[in-house]
Amino acid sequence: MTITTPRATGTPLVPAPAAETAPVPADTVTFTIDGVETTVPKGTLVIRAAEHVGIQIPRFCDHPLLAPAGACRQCLVEVWAPGRDGNLAKMPKPQASCTLEATPGMQVKTQHTSAEADKAQHGVMELLLINHPLDCPVCDKGGECPLQNQAMSNGRATSRFVDVKRTFPKPIAISTQILLDRERCILCQRCTRFSEEVAGDVWIDLQKRGALQQIGRFDPAVLDFAGEEPVGAAVEDTSGRPFASYFSGNTVQICPVGALTSAAYRFRSRPFDLVSTPGVAEHDSQGSAIRVDHRRGVVLRRLAGEDPAVNQEWITDKDRFGFHWQTAPDRITTPLVRTRRADGTRGELEPASWVEALEHAAHGLREALAPSDPRETARGAAVLPGGRLTLEDAYAYGKFARVALGTNDVDHRARPHSAEEEQFLGHHVAGRTLEVTFADLDAAPAVLLAGLEPEEEGGVLFLRLRSAVQHTRLRVYAVAPFASRGVQRLDGTLVAAAPGTEAEVLDAVVPGGDTAQLAAAAEALALDGAVILVGERLAASPGAYSAALRLAARTGARLAWVPRRAGERGSVEAGTLPSLLPGGRPVADSSARVDVAAVWGVEHLPAEPGRSATEILAAARAGTLGALVVGGLDPADLPDPAIAREALDRVPFLVSLEVRRSEVTDRADVVLPVAPPVEKGGTFVTWEGRPRPFPPALVSHQLSDHRVLDRLADELGVELGLTSLAAVHGELDQLGGWDGVRVEAPAADAAEPPAVAPGQAVLATWHLLLDGGRLQEGEPFMAGTAKRPAARVSAGTAAALGVAPGGGVVVSTDAGSITLPAVVVDMPDLVVWLPTNSPGSAVRDALHADAGDLVRIAAAPAGAIALTDRPTDEEAGA
Amino acid sequence: MADSPTPGDRPKRPARPASGGKPQARPTSGGKPQGQQARPARPATPADRTPVPRKERDVAPYEPPTFRSQIPTRGKVASWFAPVGGFGVTISNMFRPTVTEEYPSEKVPTKPRYHGRHQLNRYADGLEKCIGCELCAWACPADAIYVEGADNTPDEQHSPGERYGRVYQINYLRCIFCGLCIEACPTRALTMTNDYELAGPTRAGMIYEKQDLLAPLREGMLAAPHPMVEGTTDTEYYRGEVTGPTPDQVDWVREHRPDDPTLPGGAGVDAANVPGPAAAVMAETVAAATKQGLRGLR
Repeated sequence: MTITTPRATGTPLVPAPAAETAPVPADTVTFTIDGVETTVPKGTLVIRAAEHVGIQIPRFCDHPLLAPAGACRQCLVEVWAPGRDGNLAKMPKPQASCTLEATPGMQVKTQHTSAEADKAQHGVMELLLINHPLDCPVCDKGGECPLQNQAMSNGRATSRFVDVKRTFPKPIAISTQILLDRERCILCQRCTRFSEEVAGDVWIDLQKRGALQQIGRFDPAVLDFAGEEPVGAAVEDTSGRPFASYFSGNTVQICPVGALTSAAYRFRSRPFDLVSTPGVAEHDSQGSAIRVDHRRGVVLRRLAGEDPAVNQEWITDKDRFGFHWQTAPDRITTPLVRTRRADGTRGELEPASWVEALEHAAHGLREALAPSDPRETARGAAVLPGGRLTLEDAYAYGKFARVALGTNDVDHRARPHSAEEEQFLGHHVAGRTLEVTFADLDAAPAVLLAGLEPEEEGGVLFLRLRSAVQHTRLRVYAVAPFASRGVQRLDGTLVAAAPGTEAEVLDAVVPGGDTAQLAAAAEALALDGAVILVGERLAASPGAYSAALRLAARTGARLAWVPRRAGERGSVEAGTLPSLLPGGRPVADSSARVDVAAVWGVEHLPAEPGRSATEILAAARAGTLGALVVGGLDPADLPDPAIAREALDRVPFLVSLEVRRSEVTDRADVVLPVAPPVEKGGTFVTWEGRPRPFPPALVSHQLSDHRVLDRLADELGVELGLTSLAAVHGELDQLGGWDGVRVEAPAADAAEPPAVAPGQAVLATWHLLLDGGRLQEGEPFMAGTAKRPAARVSAGTAAALGVAPGGGVVVSTDAGSITLPAVVVDMPDLVVWLPTNSPGSAVRDALHADAGDLVRIAAAPAGAIALTDRPTDEEAGA
Repeated sequence: MADSPTPGDRPKRPARPASGGKPQARPTSGGKPQGQQARPARPATPADRTPVPRKERDVAPYEPPTFRSQIPTRGKVASWFAPVGGFGVTISNMFRPTVTEEYPSEKVPTKPRYHGRHQLNRYADGLEKCIGCELCAWACPADAIYVEGADNTPDEQHSPGERYGRVYQINYLRCIFCGLCIEACPTRALTMTNDYELAGPTRAGMIYEKQDLLAPLREGMLAAPHPMVEGTTDTEYYRGEVTGPTPDQVDWVREHRPDDPTLPGGAGVDAANVPGPAAAVMAETVAAATKQGLRGLR
């Protein structure tokens, strides 16, 4: 790991990637800039070459990750190039260096050496400022504005403009989050190019011509569509806001003026107020680099950090705007202890000192491990850490369970899971870091996605795939019930699979398969460098992981597992699975146990593989479990929230380590407050297995989970030795990787597709990126950009149910029902898709069902849903 | 260094450039002392050529210069009066006008441009001039100013335009009254008064909040928040084209805050001009100190 000193021998548990070496270019070009001779790869833009030799040319539209546009003309330089006769000849006019490729023998004179270039730049700046309102004092960009800076460095000190400036009403809300102030816009088109080239959401674009040219959202009045909505847009509208994007926040960051601002940060602070700390986003397993800007202990905004190997310069809106949960009013700041009433029912939570709370917790755990009453049936303790932990914290949970509680009953999977998945993780994922990386996706000829929706469940993964699709001709195949908008924007080929049949479909990916898609996918995967990405949702589809492994073996494609939550991969490496020790060491392997026991300084480790989260909760519900230690886990995420809640109610002793009040703390006997990521240091591990260490951004007295567990273990009389990050890293390095026997590959059979009776359908579901998750609370502007929850059915299903256009469907089980507007998409019949956890569509909570389960489906009675298939202008402008 | 080595002083070595040379004893007559202490010349005797340990050769014995007073010797009469001469200043001051200021019993007005306590000004219709741009805080060399901006909404328009200062604090324990904040203010919202009596019993009380700093409403002003004058933008305000509240603004305030004292027929601006807590405590402190001073006079 980069954050630790490498061991003399062996590899660390999660090794850092090797430093990337720049490829040696085949063709080079030698030319001079301001008299400095430089050699660059062929095709290099002059402005980029100038950067390399340290010559700064002013620019607005130029962005290294966007295609050259030459829109702002600020980067004009004087150019001399050899003509056909070989003599140097001056180009008649100054050239835009951001669109000009360097050619051999070219001589470029920038504003530093050429009066002509300088004059041209001053002229362009003057023109750009003609209609600019110069309202820097009230502009959010003021102080970090390229226009402001370059007007100072490359512009006139005073304005000669005396006429009336063009004005627009300010600002217009493009979405609830993004505000557009057209007066300030200099039409550099960075935002439109980003949305077209990178995100693939054309949600704003250039409109009109000449002096009235402006950036605008889709506006029927401007485009003269009033009264006749385009069909294509209308289909999408029912499912979400038109032209909203999960990546819109990036346009705010790359806007070189204050034309695009975010509602969340509007007028909040100035750059000189802010202290910036590098960080890593905690919302997904992509490990996006971010910059946390804070003032006086309050985080005011987050920006995308730069990391070419991971997120380039882009992050999702969830990573950018979703940080208010860390300072929510329901934060727990002191330990809380609940005393049982005389009749055994739970009393009120009372604030307590750390000493008191830890003593109470230790007492309860000791009682559970060795009951004073020998007739007590509830024995033993189990640990449910949740999937959002850093590597260090997950490691501490695993060690705590095994050393302090003497059990392997530890499972971080707060989602549908299976024994097959656990075996797959132990066999293929744990300890095999950086086998597939983002760079491999760029180089891959084909990627097959199974149980994974890259835009909704990956974010940055989608952007990287899309970039590869555009630049290296990557072909994407998606095993899914229907081609989502994300897959469409990847030019993906849908390999249709009803939920539960993924195993069958993956097994059918053979050359000359049944359908053209299957055959094409098999052919593409056989190419050198092809990659199969499987998501955590395959756990709900029996046999799918086994089939994916078989497919990888059959085609030679590499296989990687992309979970949704930030802590999942790190937890797998840290060994918070019932059958896995750190580094992919199987619990069942005695030499692995000896290995770990030696580092941990204990006699022996529990040899019996533990129980999965579902089994632990079932045991707690049945009254055979003495105590539970629960980390950041939301019962609503579990396969059956009702059972989980009952289990938490019935378990005799419940310890919760939480940041905020939750359903678990409401039932806990002892609540120990822990620090959110912004207040602690640690390491997230991306789905690739790349360690992403981050420092604490804020000074805080809150402890991270590993320190709390260390103190709790102390109280139990066990020394964990995890008091500091350095101590944890020392142990992780000492443990190192595992080269012994791995867990065997799973070989589960595919389940028979269920018989669908009339009035029933198979449920398909996945999480939307922006939904009702607890980490997105407290940010209403971002919530406004989420997609509207809608149920998706095929045309055949809709017709069979009699769903009117614009009508809704009612999806129900014995547990409850969900009513949503229906959208007809091209998907298998008798399947209905619902967003897993969106407002009004909490599938697990309401239906106690998951993907592949049978649900009842009917057309919603008229008036059951508000017909808000398309937001009105007022809504969009709100 | 010297132009050329003096004959006899290590003649075999060439002259060294001044920068690279080691300090060596040289005849002062030869050239300028190059940043090194000038040392007295040494006789260039053959005996001097005998190798001497370097240290010994470099350190010349100190020869004190002969002392000669620059003060002219006095005459007889002067020497006779010398012991009491110092009283001359005292006695002559007895006949000069007194310069003692009887502060705080008598308060002398400052010069008009004296840098005193700050004030956040208002436009003629009562809207605040401050737009919360934080340029004052940016300019402040002592980091004494803290500002947070916020959105003006139709229901709460505090200043013309989109933005107003929601939080405005000046820490008078830090302020050095340099006036850079005044220069930085783009709307002339922040100016300095001549009030120099800044004292208080607590450190926290020395942090002035916005309500302590806001200029009192003058007769005819309408207390903010209320909408801008209809048909104007912040430019008209800045140009001074707004000369007072319009009937529409009055109606708006009457509808939203019927008891506002600044409404026509209300209790008047004096009722509205309640000083903020920090300013009130400070005023009390100063009044008490003034009283103390006056008591001494009686």
